[in-house]
Amino acid sequence: MWNKKREDEPQRPLYTPPSPTTSASLNNPADVRKEMPLSSMPPARFEPETRGGAATIGKAVKVVGQIFSREDLYVDGEVEGTVEALENKLTIGPNGTLKAQIKAREVVALGTIHGNVEATDKIEIRKDARLTGDIRTARIIIEDGAYFKGSIDIVKPEPPKMSPKTQPAQPANPPAASHASPQAPSGGNDTKR
Amino acid sequence: MLEPLKGLFRGSRGVQNGGSLPANTPRVTPNPRGNAAEAVHTTRPSRGLEEFFAQIRDTTGLTILDLGGVSQNNVSFITDLGHRLYSEAFLSVLGDTFGLDDTVDQSNPGRIEFFLKQTLDYEAGQFDGVLVWDVLEHLNPALLNAVMERLQKIVRPKGYMLAFFQSDDKLDAAPYYSFRIHQMNTLEIVQQGMRRPVQLYNNRSLEKLFGRFESVKFFLSKDRLREVIVKV
Repeated sequence: MWNKKREDEPQRPLYTPPSPTTSASLNNPADVRKEMPLSSMPPARFEPETRGGAATIGKAVKVVGQIFSREDLYVDGEVEGTVEALENKLTIGPNGTLKAQIKAREVVALGTIHGNVEATDKIEIRKDARLTGDIRTARIIIEDGAYFKGSIDIVKPEPPKMSPKTQPAQPANPPAASHASPQAPSGGNDTKR
Repeated sequence: MLEPLKGLFRGSRGVQNGGSLPANTPRVTPNPRGNAAEAVHTTRPSRGLEEFFAQIRDTTGLTILDLGGVSQNNVSFITDLGHRLYSEAFLSVLGDTFGLDDTVDQSNPGRIEFFLKQTLDYEAGQFDGVLVWDVLEHLNPALLNAVMERLQKIVRPKGYMLAFFQSDDKLDAAPYYSFRIHQMNTLEIVQQGMRRPVQLYNNRSLEKLFGRFESVKFFLSKDRLREVIVKV
């Protein structure tokens, strides 16, 4: 008789896809909580901060020595020594403290820097940042509230070199020997190479 | 017990207790409008600034010292002229060294030496010009004398300094500003708050103050700021 009772119940589908969430239910946090799928997996304990692909030195890290970076670098910890990211951007986070000579394409300071900074493209000194040292850069942006002590040298980027086409015309009678010589001067026509 | 005696031994034209500010009033009053973004901004012509740049605009590669702290306007303007800029947050270091409410005597030789090392530790003749702005009003005679000696040393002969002073020498509290260069003859002044100046100056005391230099020229403006160009 027990089996008979079960047969009377309507059969339930094996899987019921969740109905699409309506905007009304999204507005009610309680409804959202109800419809959140449950997971038996524990919540992730570590989520690495993404800094737009930049390498990161966290705020609990101290580095003493030389850093050479060929990718963007985010420093929120402490560095003593030198930092070079000649082709990349260096960001000093709000917790970052650098006692270092810095060379980078672009420097963004939100923390503290003691040392000279050379930024071939530009440097930004944000509000609440503190920079003590001499700056050499092409462009500088300083927010109100930033502290700066030192000198600022604006170095205009060098103009692009002249293309080979604009070289002076060759003399009317070029020496025949120069064409055949394997040790022609390096100032010759680059297109031959 | 000695608290009421503080400030009695300032300079001869110093602001004495008994004015409208009580003895325990801090010398610095924060801007009642809050942060700098809401501070009072005023744009005004400046003959002194015009005169200062008239002396340096035809030459590039000069070295200028700005005692008003760093600002984007000043950095851009001076470096666009082809000069090198040094920046010093003079009043900020003054507050850090001697205290905002003048609790530490500015006559203390050790502290004066420390202060000079923090702010004006440069080689002799290093600068072609100095933007002094309004910082000298906040120094007592001993510190002022030391600062003037140091300025005379680090500015090359024939170099120029631009300084501002309140033209009303009977003020109990005066606004203090940050100065931002807009054009060769135009300044934006941003009031940072009110401060009780340690000393106030009239024309005669200014002539005496800058008596050691080659020449002094005054410009009186409508907004109670006296502009002074000093040739070293």
